Amino acid sequence: MDSLTIIAVASIVIAGITTGFGTMGPAFAEGRAVATALTALAQQPDASATITRTLFVGLAMIESTAIYCFVVSMILIFANPFWNQAMALAAGK
Amino acid sequence: MHLSPDEIVFWQVGFFKLNATIAYTWGLMLLLTVGAKLITRKLSTDHTRSRWQNLLEIVVTGIEQQIADVGLRHPRQYIGFLGTLFLFVAMAALCTVIPGYEPPTGSLSTTAALALCVMVAVPLFGIEDQGLGGYLKSYLKPTAIMLPFNLISEISRTLALAVRLFGNMMSGAMIIGILLSITPFIFPIVMTVLGLLTGMVQAYIFSILAAVYIAAATHVRRPKPESEPEPVSDIQTSTQK
Repeated sequence: MDSLTIIAVASIVIAGITTGFGTMGPAFAEGRAVATALTALAQQPDASATITRTLFVGLAMIESTAIYCFVVSMILIFANPFWNQAMALAAGK
Repeated sequence: MHLSPDEIVFWQVGFFKLNATIAYTWGLMLLLTVGAKLITRKLSTDHTRSRWQNLLEIVVTGIEQQIADVGLRHPRQYIGFLGTLFLFVAMAALCTVIPGYEPPTGSLSTTAALALCVMVAVPLFGIEDQGLGGYLKSYLKPTAIMLPFNLISEISRTLALAVRLFGNMMSGAMIIGILLSITPFIFPIVMTVLGLLTGMVQAYIFSILAAVYIAAATHVRRPKPESEPEPVSDIQTSTQK
């Protein structure tokens, strides 16, 4: 395998692993957050406005960790700096 | 497939290039400014008023109410900054219904600029509220050992704001692009609707987080203790963790 193939394989595999494992934690966390919020809503329907707003802000903050992983894997696939450098080197040869 | 609207270049002369991000940002600014000017040109205070004035009043009072809910005492003082952030990000997401349009918030440059605005505005509002010394002292708040961590949190939350908005808007456009090549007809439309929803939620999150940061910077010292300190709103305690 030449270096281009190694870079391509490593980037694709790591991108998949990053998104797969990186969304696992936020998925659990969002499930817990929604379940707790539903319990709170059932107990106190009067406070629904506050609970819903806090839930949305909290969900977005939890979700942002998954988004970071997604951004990293997108960069690895579509804008990989190592790949670009290897291509430039190969073209210069 | 492109990662951000930065890569679409309309016009280029030497170093200066006009890419889609700049063009659509100026388009949005023009739309918002001209729209607001046209609506507020003839305001009425009696019972008959135009539907556009009603719309604008709903938007302004809604934003004001949300800012007040976060715990800022005088929402009018901050609505110029926070309202602009919300309206820009929300319009950038809403205009995706126009064909050929790319949200400028799908570029990391735009979101980094917005996050830097928040990073600069928070100390300014804090200094305005409690003076330079008082604000700087808030960095030593629990103990002086926390100073580096407070400084790191300033930077990391700016980074988080920028990457969160960028990632959400970019992923929406990216998923639609990928789906268009797999299932061309119905499914991309559903994802576009979902993208509209996440765009509105992200606009809300962005401005609410900015409001929470400003509230944290201005609430440390209360100017004159009234009867009793009001309870800190739960949105603040939940996001400060």
